[in-house]
Amino acid sequence: FLGAGGGNDIQWCFSQVKGAVDDDVAEADIISTVEFNHSGELLATGDKGGRVVIFQQEQENKTQSHSRGEYNVYSTFQSHEPEFDYLKSLEIEEKINKIRWLPQKNAAQFLLSTNDKTIKLWKISERDKRPEGYNLKEEDGRYRDPTTVTTLRVPVFRPMDLMVEASPRRIFANAHTYHINSISINSDYETYLSADDLRINLWHLEITDRSFNIVDIKPANMEELTEVITAAEFHPNSCSTFVYSSSKGTIRLCDMRASALCDRHSKLFEEPEDPSNRSFFSEIISSISDVKFSHSGRYMMTRDYLSVKIWDLNMENRPVETYQVHEYLRSKLCSLYENDCIFDKFECCWNGSDRQVKFLSLCTSDLSNIVMTGSYNNFFRMFDRNTKRDITLEASRENNKPRTVLKPRKVCASGKRKKDEISVDSLDFNKKILHTAWHPKENIIAVATTNNLYIFQDKMN
Amino acid sequence: QDSQEKDKSIPPERAEEAKLKAKYPNLGQRPGGSDFLMKRLQKGQKYFDSGDYNMAKAKMKNKQLPSAGPDKNLVTGDHIPTPQDLPQRKSSLVTSKLAG
Repeated sequence: FLGAGGGNDIQWCFSQVKGAVDDDVAEADIISTVEFNHSGELLATGDKGGRVVIFQQEQENKTQSHSRGEYNVYSTFQSHEPEFDYLKSLEIEEKINKIRWLPQKNAAQFLLSTNDKTIKLWKISERDKRPEGYNLKEEDGRYRDPTTVTTLRVPVFRPMDLMVEASPRRIFANAHTYHINSISINSDYETYLSADDLRINLWHLEITDRSFNIVDIKPANMEELTEVITAAEFHPNSCSTFVYSSSKGTIRLCDMRASALCDRHSKLFEEPEDPSNRSFFSEIISSISDVKFSHSGRYMMTRDYLSVKIWDLNMENRPVETYQVHEYLRSKLCSLYENDCIFDKFECCWNGSDRQVKFLSLCTSDLSNIVMTGSYNNFFRMFDRNTKRDITLEASRENNKPRTVLKPRKVCASGKRKKDEISVDSLDFNKKILHTAWHPKENIIAVATTNNLYIFQDKMN
Repeated sequence: QDSQEKDKSIPPERAEEAKLKAKYPNLGQRPGGSDFLMKRLQKGQKYFDSGDYNMAKAKMKNKQLPSAGPDKNLVTGDHIPTPQDLPQRKSSLVTSKLAG
């Protein structure tokens, strides 16, 4: 099972791929976020065109024991539209930066989606019956001539083809001067935070006309600006605790009980840098692009340009583990700077918390023992914290047959390239995997290439 | 060979930095980061000043405002950008291909 060997002992197989086959990618189709809901039954994607597509997992077919249910389109809607702010001369992109699901409370599903400026709460509900037999209306809605009505009847609900409707229930607007990079729902399930480059706001899900500012790092004089907020997340269990990461590679943990404005951190996580190693690129590649708490909240993981770091919340002065994602890029920084790739924001995610491991696990570890993150050339990487083994896989339509185990890939950094290896200079830097997601309970992963969504599952016996 | 030995002692990051400075000698003295912060904060900024526009409209009264030439991205000199000059942002009316 999952816990025994970890990342390398899971045998990943291709399951599905969604999206257009052609190479000519329209900008609107660029996937910008991927997120499973809390049960894993639903998988949402957001794109640069402001659209959200939700997939639903089929109910497991008991006769088809060789694979878990497939994901099919459940709902799709336009979440955000482009806007132009004439007053500030600012173009507001409709690109969906983040989607976060609320835990399910009733028949409907709720998610938060955000672009650079506005967060929206969407309700996704099913309708599978409709009332029929009105007295005053025909079935098509036209009003009947009242003089023809001679009897009364009670309208009844009759089954209809399933219709899934998405409607915006709350619009949280006008609270961010800068660009929103993160939203995170609190463990109290009543509030959430939204973070932009310089500020973090706290909202109540029911209230749209008021928001509390809890972090403000804007300097009085903008010339003194040295760092910006890059990501933020609430602690999974402690409703007064959250962290935010910066462009300088630091993470600050704040406790909302300490003061109304959490400008003074409770903890500052920073790895000391060897000053002799400092270069023009140091700060850029140390910028943290994503931060994710582990399931228990004891650890958190950060992603910077070249590595993933695991931090123990009890130790501020250095990470407990560091995993190199693509260290071979360090000798390509000049060209990566020239083509802007050095500014790519990779996300990272933990494995789901497997039910089996919870009952059978003997170790004190966290249940969060595998890290997944993307790279270039449509490669993505997994690191097993227990075995210290790692693997590189590729999301590609070639050589991907269902139930065939994916072949590990290897990049040849220098020296003689072996057969089946790919040299650094042959990597396609336009094929980036920035967004990945792991099913909360099963070994199913969703990996987004530029405009396609791949779903992989572990090989079941 | 001499150059190989040199490579061993120079960390790859420094070697890359030297390459960059050789190409762009005027690159800011500040470490990479600060310039990008400002650029990041200003993402999405277009050059349209509602004050200039309204004042120019008032001055011109009934005359037409000069519109941008064929290259709408090139707005320079005395030309006052108008809302019509700004690239039109069409919303995506097409369904996502992921849902296809």
